[in-house]
Amino acid sequence: MKPTDQNKTKKPLTIEQKIKRRNFISFGAFFALGGGAVAGWKWLLNSPEENAGITGGARAPLRRALNKTELFFRNFFSNNHLAKTYPKERAAKIVRVNSLIGIKDDKDFDIKNWKLEVKIDRKESLKISIEEIKALPKTEIVFDFKCVEGWDQIQHWAGVKLSDFLLHYKLDALAEKNYMGLETPNGKYYVGLERDSVLHPQTILAYEMNGKPITNDHGAPLRLIIPVKYGIKNLKRIGVMSFSNQRPRDYWAEQGYDYYSGL
Amino acid sequence: MKEIKEKHALLMRWTHWVNFPVLTVMIWSGLFIYWANDAYGISIFSFTLIKFFPEWFYKYFHIPHRLAEGMAFHFLFMWFFFINGLLYIAYTLFSGAWRELVPKRNSFKEAWQVLLHDLHIRKTTPPQKKYNAAQRIAYSAIILMGAGSVITGLAIYKPVQLYWLCWLCGGYHFARIIHFALTIGYVLFFVIHILQVALAGWNNFRSVVSGFEVIETEPQIREEKTLTANNAENETNGSK
Repeated sequence: MKPTDQNKTKKPLTIEQKIKRRNFISFGAFFALGGGAVAGWKWLLNSPEENAGITGGARAPLRRALNKTELFFRNFFSNNHLAKTYPKERAAKIVRVNSLIGIKDDKDFDIKNWKLEVKIDRKESLKISIEEIKALPKTEIVFDFKCVEGWDQIQHWAGVKLSDFLLHYKLDALAEKNYMGLETPNGKYYVGLERDSVLHPQTILAYEMNGKPITNDHGAPLRLIIPVKYGIKNLKRIGVMSFSNQRPRDYWAEQGYDYYSGL
Repeated sequence: MKEIKEKHALLMRWTHWVNFPVLTVMIWSGLFIYWANDAYGISIFSFTLIKFFPEWFYKYFHIPHRLAEGMAFHFLFMWFFFINGLLYIAYTLFSGAWRELVPKRNSFKEAWQVLLHDLHIRKTTPPQKKYNAAQRIAYSAIILMGAGSVITGLAIYKPVQLYWLCWLCGGYHFARIIHFALTIGYVLFFVIHILQVALAGWNNFRSVVSGFEVIETEPQIREEKTLTANNAENETNGSK
């Protein structure tokens, strides 16, 4: 084809035309995508709250994202990854009390009658006294307790390693289920924990704080200390322990927080 | 005569404009999280100069009591922030565009000249290619800051599983402080950036949307060049 023929049918664009055209295309795309972004943001911001169930209080798409992100970060979990520990001298003398749900709302609680109830199945359950638990090998930990709010404190706890406890009471087969549920005796505070964190070597059922029996406000007589989770999962005054393959109910997950809340 | 000069690759423009709203959401949701334990401020001799943040600030932006919501947004948009940043860095490395971005040996000296010029203290214009020396430093720094936010963010997010990252950041507290300080840095960067873009004018701004700048060239020299180029082309065509 001769170049002259081409010139007749299609004149090359002048610089001005080229500039105009490229401005038009790029700014058109810019505003179209920008509009799309604004629409997407509005959709997310106004997206309906998830159906209240095991989890609740979050926008449905954000809850899906939290659950997906959990799955991703679970890949990094290992029993060899330990929370940093400190010498006892570093532990706080005055240990922070952040919440008393399940404790101050239980006026009838009598520590003398307390026994840990472990649900074996629908009918059967194990009742274990604090003396029996104290007779098991003791594990101490001084670690940096981390609150979901952002504060942290080095604290000194002692008790029985949860995995030791499960083995001793031959609950290890039951603990193979995906989750453990813990509740206060009055059922006002409750948490769910996935198996990996339950069996983590630093997870303990604690009955001592700073070398003395745990005080009432810190969850006497027995509480959970689980350094691989935020404080919200460190349930005070354990009443009932259960196992399931589905997520057990969880107090803060019902209020918009991540169910996993792992560190 | 006008001429189109290509300046910013599509991917650079894309990541730039994606980053802006994503970072905004990260800062906004980050404030929800920070509010729950707003420990930071600047004080001299126990006299508080600045408290991060005063009550009126929280009130104005509706920050209080939104921790769970903040975390939910933060832990979704962190993915976009990370992927977008990674895209930019990968592109910049593999395309060779880093050569025009990373500061050179004389950049720090030249950046001083840019500063004096911008403050109208010096008249002479410092050398300006795609980026001038001050831009090289600022835009490289902002990328490093972004990486810093990801690293310190992960250190706070998973301090047990990613304990080595937490250690690398100087521990949980220090990681949180850096994470916060970097955010303040973004806001300061933003203010100066907007000011500079406004002063630089339309041609410069357009290049970050459409990719090109329009430059004025001397017409005669240009035309001669194109003529000889055409001739050369015809000749080679003829010989074949």
